[in-house]
Amino acid sequence: MNRDRIVGTSVPRFEGREKVTGQARYVDDMTLPGMLHGATVRSRIPRGKIKNISFAPGINWNEFVIVSAKDIPGKNCIALIEEDQPCLADGIVNHPEEPILLLAHPDRHLLPRAVEAVSIEYEPLPAIFTMEESETLRQVIWRSDNIFKSYLVEKGDVDSVWEKADYIVEGEYTTGAQEQLYIENNGMIAGFDPKKGITVWGSLQCPYYVHKALMRLCGLPADQVRVVQMETGGAFGGKEEYPSMIAGHAALLAIKSGRPVKIVYDRVEDMTATTKRHPSRTRHRTAVSRGGQILGGEIEFTIDGGAYATLSSVVLSRGTIHAGGPYYWPSVRIRAKAVATNVPPHGAFRGFGAPQSLFALERHMDRIAQIVGVSPVEIRRRNFLRPGQTTTTEQTVNEPIDLDELLDHALELSDYHKKKDTLAIENQRGGNKRGIGIAAFLHGAGFTGSGERYLGSVVGVEACAEGGVRVLVSSAEFGQGTKTVLCQMAAEALGLRYEDVEIAQPDTQEVPNSGPTVASRTVMIVGKLVQSAALGIKQTLEAASMLGDSYSPEEFRVACRTYVAKHGKLSSLAHYEQPDDIVWDEQKYRGSAYAAFSWAVYVATVTVDMNTYDVSVDDFVALQEVGKVLHPVLARGQIIGGVAQGIGFALHEKVIWENGRMVNGQMTNYIIPTSADLPPIRVYFEELGNIHGAYGAKGIGELPMDGPAPAIVNAVGDALGVSFDSIPLFPEGIFDAMQNKAESENRIPSKRGRE
Amino acid sequence: MSKSPRGLSKSEISITINGHAVSVRAYAMERLLDVLRNELGLTGTKEGCGEGECGSCSVLMDGMLVNSCLIPVLQAKNTHIVTIEGLASDGRLRALQQAFLECGGAQCGICTPGMILAASYLLNKQPQATHDEINEGLSGNLCRCTGYAQIVEAVMQAARPGASE
Amino acid sequence: MRAHPADYQLVAPGTLPAVLSLLAQEPGACLPIAGGTDIMVQCAAGKLPSRNLVSIWNLPELRRIEVYSDEIQVGAGSTYTDLRESEIVSREFSLLSMAASWTGGIANQNRGTIGGNIVNASPAADSLPALLVYDAELILASTRGERRVPYSNFHVDYRETRLAADELIRAVCLPRRFSEYYLHARKVAARKAQAIAKVCLAALSRVENGVVQDIRLAMGSVAPVPLRLSATEQVIRRKRIDSELIELASKTAAGEIRPIDDIRSTARYRSAVAGNLVSEFLQKISVAGTRV
Repeated sequence: MNRDRIVGTSVPRFEGREKVTGQARYVDDMTLPGMLHGATVRSRIPRGKIKNISFAPGINWNEFVIVSAKDIPGKNCIALIEEDQPCLADGIVNHPEEPILLLAHPDRHLLPRAVEAVSIEYEPLPAIFTMEESETLRQVIWRSDNIFKSYLVEKGDVDSVWEKADYIVEGEYTTGAQEQLYIENNGMIAGFDPKKGITVWGSLQCPYYVHKALMRLCGLPADQVRVVQMETGGAFGGKEEYPSMIAGHAALLAIKSGRPVKIVYDRVEDMTATTKRHPSRTRHRTAVSRGGQILGGEIEFTIDGGAYATLSSVVLSRGTIHAGGPYYWPSVRIRAKAVATNVPPHGAFRGFGAPQSLFALERHMDRIAQIVGVSPVEIRRRNFLRPGQTTTTEQTVNEPIDLDELLDHALELSDYHKKKDTLAIENQRGGNKRGIGIAAFLHGAGFTGSGERYLGSVVGVEACAEGGVRVLVSSAEFGQGTKTVLCQMAAEALGLRYEDVEIAQPDTQEVPNSGPTVASRTVMIVGKLVQSAALGIKQTLEAASMLGDSYSPEEFRVACRTYVAKHGKLSSLAHYEQPDDIVWDEQKYRGSAYAAFSWAVYVATVTVDMNTYDVSVDDFVALQEVGKVLHPVLARGQIIGGVAQGIGFALHEKVIWENGRMVNGQMTNYIIPTSADLPPIRVYFEELGNIHGAYGAKGIGELPMDGPAPAIVNAVGDALGVSFDSIPLFPEGIFDAMQNKAESENRIPSKRGRE
Repeated sequence: MSKSPRGLSKSEISITINGHAVSVRAYAMERLLDVLRNELGLTGTKEGCGEGECGSCSVLMDGMLVNSCLIPVLQAKNTHIVTIEGLASDGRLRALQQAFLECGGAQCGICTPGMILAASYLLNKQPQATHDEINEGLSGNLCRCTGYAQIVEAVMQAARPGASE
Repeated sequence: MRAHPADYQLVAPGTLPAVLSLLAQEPGACLPIAGGTDIMVQCAAGKLPSRNLVSIWNLPELRRIEVYSDEIQVGAGSTYTDLRESEIVSREFSLLSMAASWTGGIANQNRGTIGGNIVNASPAADSLPALLVYDAELILASTRGERRVPYSNFHVDYRETRLAADELIRAVCLPRRFSEYYLHARKVAARKAQAIAKVCLAALSRVENGVVQDIRLAMGSVAPVPLRLSATEQVIRRKRIDSELIELASKTAAGEIRPIDDIRSTARYRSAVAGNLVSEFLQKISVAGTRV
């Protein structure tokens, strides 16, 4: 009976007007009276001891505020999961660009020369830059074994499958670092008042992460730290943990100088010094039946965490859980680890481990298909998870998802079968080669396992004196539509108009901790709490006899105004409660990893220019089942944007390293697609609903990152008859492989079993 | 502190900004971007890269689309500059801005001012711009959020005859 | 922004003689800046040493295109947009207008100039191979007068030209001899817009009765300077195009160039692709005949 009136429609973006008129206020748009500008002196070597710091003549150093590790009032760390990462290096550096000193001055223009004028003498130590080097343990750079975290997932009896296998298929797949490249660089402003404490304003995703880190760094209690999110110009995970570092720096300078301090990075500093997607290496060894069914397998998944732990354990977790994809594994052993190297720490980036392990898996499925002698379509059909079956972590698939049907739908939308035949014929004629490739995958929404219970998110909705309601969450808007969608949900829950709902700017002084804006959790987890909190307002008004069973929006507004005038504040809080059917064993890494999965099949058609080896994507179909589409325009925008980043991940974006430093840290040399580079990206949704999410919605923010790279690389393989197992895949790489066809096949050769 | 270590001084530079004649005191080599943002408080124009690659700093100079991060303010002397603030100065959104709102052309919004100016420039030169021409015309403005499709759709919507300007 | 704007003195005298006068005062001391699309990037990166600059942006003497019966003179201050919008350049020298449309985005095309492109002397510049195949000559101006030099040997080495310290390029002269030629250009880069070339080719040819009467090939990003592929041209000129010739030409081209490994690409890729681009061109003209 209740047809959604607002949820499911494309209402105007809440903060859209400000964005299209240039009035939206990002951190660099704000100045405070007496404000200084800050800059960071950073390590030039990957690893070593700091022997001496000297300040060159010719600079009036008296005019500068200078902060070192000694000035840190609390603990010299950026508190996150571990506390191993110093805020400022103290005697030893472990990666290039590691922050050592901070400078501040009223004149922004004087800072670059001042930074150059600080001379640091080091005693270099041997540094390591690859996962392989880290594994040898010739240099131990983190705790006792270079391992930030490891997981072991075991299901069934893997050791017994090999002798039953008709085929044993092996493959090794690697992905490189990827820079988030939000168009707004990282920035923070900090102010300090001896009585009130620290306030920071900045570009960030997780106000309470910054809040926790500043408490620890500055030795201040919770009510003496205030974090305010400003309009944020893109984040994609790159502003999940890093803002705590830059906020800490601005705070330290503010404390020492007694004046507000603004630190805003330029593009080179942001690219070279802040986090990137974890590089990965996945090794598959899979036992397969004659009919192409997976009997079991071993998966070794390794990611490079850089010099400090940051979020590597969680990236590893998600990558591990997604390593088996949307398939049924009767048995599996997954050994996963995150290792340390002397590069700037890697961190969150949309997808968070899943794009890495899913690239490997979806490439591997095509390899299995090839060995077994069935099509890429068939191999997937024969292994798809069915409702009632269990995932690699033994989570029972409870949703009525029919992956066969989803695949069929994607094949139909992309005209797959006809194209496959036509392209094969065209390819025989010489000239450019064309191909078509598939990726089937899933993405879990929310924090893994008991993570959401641990977060204990709280959401508030309050009545406004003018009559509407205001949503209070720490969930940040950075383009994905947080504000819009949460206001839609509140309006829908209360039978109000969209215009009757507003949402507070995330300010830890004003909003409760609804958790970080990550993990595709906002609509599903936080949205559900917004719904509950909103209903709490209604219940109170009903109990106060100010609202009847049915009412108009105007009557609701009157009720709010009346209540607030009479009783003062009216607010309602909702607290997260883990559903009973989500049970997770952290030790065995087994159970229900996520409350819900979104499911997808992507299809890419490519042309390889045989004169230049350039790959262009001609057509891209992105089909996903997402529970419910809350806002069609926003949802489509999320998918297209994510696919564009996935295309970059596959074909254009490469971090070029020299001694642990990124040397292509400019937009000229780190290549993301322009408007001229993308194919038409055709987006389609299926909606099965979901009992855990408000209005049946599941997360979609990260899902589109998982599919494009394997679909495209599978398509290139289809075009050329050569397998590529490493991304980014550049024309130079295709050229080398075509020259050396044998070298590009499995590096670990596949074996044929008994026939 | 208006004399630099080299003994150079700032000078008065006359520019017309969004229809208003202004005079700024600045070093000749100060970037137009910085003068707009810091001297004139027009923070709608953004810095994304500082190297003329991303287009977030796009403004119109004598009707011409330029990257303000690459313009020494002396070269803007006696020119007419239009920034994003100049587009809806009477409070009414232009067709382009309205289209961006309807089509999802702005997500995080940081590329949006530059993108709207680039689109405005394009439509002035090519009122009937096709999908491909729009893709080409906007290829100097990078967006990381949208994948461009809804931006191009917004521009096409604004280009339709009947879309009021 | 890693430089202090106060470290640079920038003046804009407004006329060419005044600019030349400044350049003559202390040769090398004063750096001309036109659209700034190269200089301002260096400055922002902190890589432009403190110095004096003189603006030559929008000087009428430099920003005009003069048409004569036998040649056109393109003012060195002409922007890429000027080249794209010029009717005569698009009609008779479209390799140049094509290259202009491939250089950066629209905002940079509105400011970057052909003179700046030549003086910046990046071997990867998109327009310079076109100038080589069009037999361009340069008019160089100083207080000592004007001189006219062939463009073919203007680039001496990586980012080093024959421009004297007190000189400015006033115009690029293009002989009006190529209207009947078949033209072809290809830029190979990391993406379809706003990218520095990994390899680029500008080509002109005249084929009569299946025999190549004239062929002109120039490439960027394959040597320290933009390169005319004279040896490859020699192998093709006066021959019939068949698969043997195409293979020989392709190999000669790959051997004639001196590519390197750099941040954008590898030497072996560039060699192979250079050869492929030449093959592709020859295949095109063997099908198309003369001018399409």
